[in-house]
Amino acid sequence: MIKTDILIIGAGPTGLFAVFEAGLLKLKCHLIDALPQPGGQCSEIYPKKPIYDIPAYPEILAGDLTHKLMEQCKQFEPGFTLGERAETIDKQEDGTFIVTTNKGTKHHAPVVAIAGGLGSFEPRKPIIDNISDYEDKGVEYIIKEPEFYRDKKVVIAGGGDSALDWSIYLSDIASEVTLIHRRNEFRGHLDSVEKVQELKNAGKINLITPAEVIGVEGTNKIEAITIKQDAKTFKKECDHFVPLFGLSPKLGPIADWGLEIEKNAIKVDNSLDYQTNIPGIFAIGDVNTYPGKLKLILCGFHEATLMCQSAYQIINPGKRYVLKYTTVSGVDGFDGTRKEAPKAVVKAIQ
Amino acid sequence: MQQDINIKITDRDGVTHEVLAPTDMAMNLMEVVRSYELAPEGTIGICGGMAMCASCQCYVLSDTMLPEMQDDEEAMLSEAFNVKDNSRLGCQIQITPDLEGLEVQLAPEE
Repeated sequence: MIKTDILIIGAGPTGLFAVFEAGLLKLKCHLIDALPQPGGQCSEIYPKKPIYDIPAYPEILAGDLTHKLMEQCKQFEPGFTLGERAETIDKQEDGTFIVTTNKGTKHHAPVVAIAGGLGSFEPRKPIIDNISDYEDKGVEYIIKEPEFYRDKKVVIAGGGDSALDWSIYLSDIASEVTLIHRRNEFRGHLDSVEKVQELKNAGKINLITPAEVIGVEGTNKIEAITIKQDAKTFKKECDHFVPLFGLSPKLGPIADWGLEIEKNAIKVDNSLDYQTNIPGIFAIGDVNTYPGKLKLILCGFHEATLMCQSAYQIINPGKRYVLKYTTVSGVDGFDGTRKEAPKAVVKAIQ
Repeated sequence: MQQDINIKITDRDGVTHEVLAPTDMAMNLMEVVRSYELAPEGTIGICGGMAMCASCQCYVLSDTMLPEMQDDEEAMLSEAFNVKDNSRLGCQIQITPDLEGLEVQLAPEE
């Protein structure tokens, strides 16, 4: 069981800044994120895109913002559970919470701050009538273990980097790799596109474009897919069908936590501390809503800061504290480091 | 100040709305839909308007001359679902006076 003061769900910019603000109040944080790396949308969707409305940064790349936030909160030694999705929450008799991920990792904290942005990133599933009947029976949306495909007939669908990269990788492992895409053009790194071309010429990858998979069939597991190419449709035998159409965010299991939801977001008290209808659970950043809400990173920073003040009161009931300025008090890291402004020099002028 | 233009937007429930869209606020069609709340927040413009999701996909019903499709829009639409010949991403259609009389229908939510 992982124990912490504030359990933050979502390691995007808002969650990362909350670690820093909590650290100033001597509160320790642990973050859960469905993605394998911190940064949320900034690192998953648009790491190379500039952001122009972060105060004091006329321009900063989303990926660089993530690095800077990680650097800023590092001294407060946040813990991370990455690549796992927060699944259930159980309120304990003493008012604390246990949050369990889809992989069974348990986290125990008196305060939970949901900084989940648009939700957790889930694979986009193609619209094929009975495809859900074959999930985990030959249909996979994510390739976890390439060896699983050894000596199998694999069909991959998609036109992005992951479809290209996995086709290349599996061409050495699977007995047959077929790549299907709706267009002849692929959007991926040029060298990946060229490599697929090479493997196609060498007969190691079957390329079927422009085409689409419109059906799946099989008795207990997938045995064949139906492909539509131009006006004709035909079947192709396979052991696995792996559609790789990227990720799309879904609020997911959080929607079932008994929180008040409005406009696909969690309603919070914006007159005070961004607490939800369940005391002890806060929602900050893009995941929350209140009158006048703006989904901006800078608003998430503000919300995270106010949330930490209330979290302090929950964790340390009755314990006095006043806001301190980092310029005056410095910053004491949990790792033993201390940052402080140089003392003024007092010297008489003769 | 430039004039607003008239656009007809059919929402995902099939209801058609006639709306006025400003041409001087650098808005795109996805943002017009959001500003009139014709699709629930969180179901449109998810990527913010970078042609990186297809949540603002719409079908163009009128023969209005639209800005040509760029590579990123074309690539995104090639991976989107429910795509038709008249599909476009709303976020890539800037509102200009040329679009007076535009009629679109929002594609279903993925």
